[in-house]
Amino acid sequence: MADTIPLKGQAAHGASRLAPGPQGRKPRPMFSSRNIMIYGALIFAAAYYLLPLYVMIVTSLKGMPEIRLGNIFSPPVEITFEPWVKAWATACTGLNCDGLSRGFWNSVRITIPSTIMSIAIASINGYALANWRFKGADLFFTILIVGAFIPYQVMIYPIVIVLREMGLYGSLTGLIIVHTIFGMPILTLLFRNYFSSLPEELFKAARIDGAGFWTIYFKIMLPMSLPIFVVAMILQITGIWNDFLFGVVFTRPEYYPMTVQLNNIVNSVQGVKEYNVNMAATILTGAVPLIVYFVSGRLFVRGIAAGAVKG
Amino acid sequence: MNNVSVSVRDLSLSFGAVTVLDTLNLDIQNGEFLVLLGASGCGKSTLLNCIAGLLDVTDGQIFIKDRNVTWEEPKDRGIGMVFQSYALYPQMTVERNLSFGLRVAKLPAAEIDKRVARAAEILQIQPLLKRKPSELSGGQRQRVAIGRALVRDVDVFLFDEPLSNLDAKLRSELRVEIKRLHQSLNNTMIYVTHDQIEALTLADRIAVMKSGVIQQLADPMTIYNFPENLFVAGFIGSPSMNFFRGEIKDRGGRKVIEVNGVDFGMEAYPARGPLETGRKVVLGVRPEHVKVDENVPGQEVHDAIVDIEEPMGADNLLWLKHAGQTMSVRIAGARRYAPGTALKISFDMSMASVFDAATENRI
Repeated sequence: MADTIPLKGQAAHGASRLAPGPQGRKPRPMFSSRNIMIYGALIFAAAYYLLPLYVMIVTSLKGMPEIRLGNIFSPPVEITFEPWVKAWATACTGLNCDGLSRGFWNSVRITIPSTIMSIAIASINGYALANWRFKGADLFFTILIVGAFIPYQVMIYPIVIVLREMGLYGSLTGLIIVHTIFGMPILTLLFRNYFSSLPEELFKAARIDGAGFWTIYFKIMLPMSLPIFVVAMILQITGIWNDFLFGVVFTRPEYYPMTVQLNNIVNSVQGVKEYNVNMAATILTGAVPLIVYFVSGRLFVRGIAAGAVKG
Repeated sequence: MNNVSVSVRDLSLSFGAVTVLDTLNLDIQNGEFLVLLGASGCGKSTLLNCIAGLLDVTDGQIFIKDRNVTWEEPKDRGIGMVFQSYALYPQMTVERNLSFGLRVAKLPAAEIDKRVARAAEILQIQPLLKRKPSELSGGQRQRVAIGRALVRDVDVFLFDEPLSNLDAKLRSELRVEIKRLHQSLNNTMIYVTHDQIEALTLADRIAVMKSGVIQQLADPMTIYNFPENLFVAGFIGSPSMNFFRGEIKDRGGRKVIEVNGVDFGMEAYPARGPLETGRKVVLGVRPEHVKVDENVPGQEVHDAIVDIEEPMGADNLLWLKHAGQTMSVRIAGARRYAPGTALKISFDMSMASVFDAATENRI
């Protein structure tokens, strides 16, 4: 055939077949009204959310005389880390004057076991519900989900009584148990749905290979489930770390978590309001969930990318 | 019953009010390649899962090698299974995938290595052993999946639509490979598919299933040429068999089927019983059992008009208008007819099928 259409890159020899006029990628102006709208709205929204953080950081780095001038947006003239040190080590709550550090370690001691226990139990629940359709599984699941919709406030007093009878009221163990139980409905749902989304044939293949309940869980399901474990971890760490209600209700002052202690520092009525210390204390308390987000967000994406085998 | 490998007896399975399998009976011989063929939802995969022990049966028994395995765990049944989605463990290398079952069974390491090496050799996947499933192509993955059944050293292989996720070229390649595997291993194989080409090419016997019931169980040529009922006739063959609804008439001692005023002489049809006059029937003729413009002695000649021509290379498929309906005819690819051409056709009634219109069974 004489009139073959040249393949891409073949047009170089001989005359180009391109006619004059538009060709290739369509140019787009950088400052089109569309771009201005989109970027304008995004920048505005970002600034709106970042402004309070800016004020907090700036204020926490100022001394009290500078704060009294009242220019909350101005950067610190003289940077001082004194408020941070005070917030961490010497701020007074009630009778104790060892700052937030006590609350921080309490929170760590509450959050880590609660997170591990709730995820361990919920993942096994979800696995059993998704893959081993035992008798009454649907009923069990329904009851668990209904539990998620009952307001916490309704359950507080009964739980106080239960913990008192068990001799755990006011202890860290009691609070850890409460957190583990309250994490159960949503985490079980999360894991059940994730395990249900894994190909059922994988589970069948493992059964043909002779693997039992635990072997399939540990050798097949767990290694494929990093993403959902990271999601559950984010949910639990932030949720439990930020908890105030359970912390204040179920523990004694020496076991107060960081959030409760922060509240006591900020709301203490004696003496002057030390805004810089308050700001530093607040940032310190919020730092843990923030770090969790930053660190695990990347893991999360990597987990999803590595997870699936498609046909 | 010594020669029977898998025996399914009065098997029923229902989920609540829905009956998926209904008192099903099936005996599979040692070394036989049996294909369960049917449209999706006919219960063929369910039956396979019951044999594998992945589903609990509601009623009936399953025997493998004369052993009642109805309540046995899958691993104790002496079966290996290959799945449509390959079901390879994504976090393990090919080698670990192959050996997983053996490691769970705590076999000695030397034995595991031996079996994995043998399976890898048979399936020619030695270069892939250190790779992860995500680094394999679809065909390679399915080969590994077959290997996983192979290392288990079992009597019965179960295939659940193993080729359905592959593209057409790979599918025909692996089809041949599975057939070769069966010829060299001589294991019993039960193979579920909805693809009639796979069924016809692979099977020693085919069980055509519909709504949890086996419609016909026979070797491929019998299924193709002598379908037991209208469903089997329509399900097997592409393009599908031509059906003419009509009535048996007596034309001076000569039995014919009258379809929209056109008579089809039935002298050559191997009927099972007398063709009673007045019976409503369905006449089925495969596209290749119709001759076009050829003088075949003893066959009556009909007039037809070409409606559409579909050249397919080796074959040429003509869609004709005849007896008030459209029918397909397969002729050699070199013979071409323009739409609108009038031509003479004759039917090979010895290869036709006649079904009762009410019971839909062959007569």
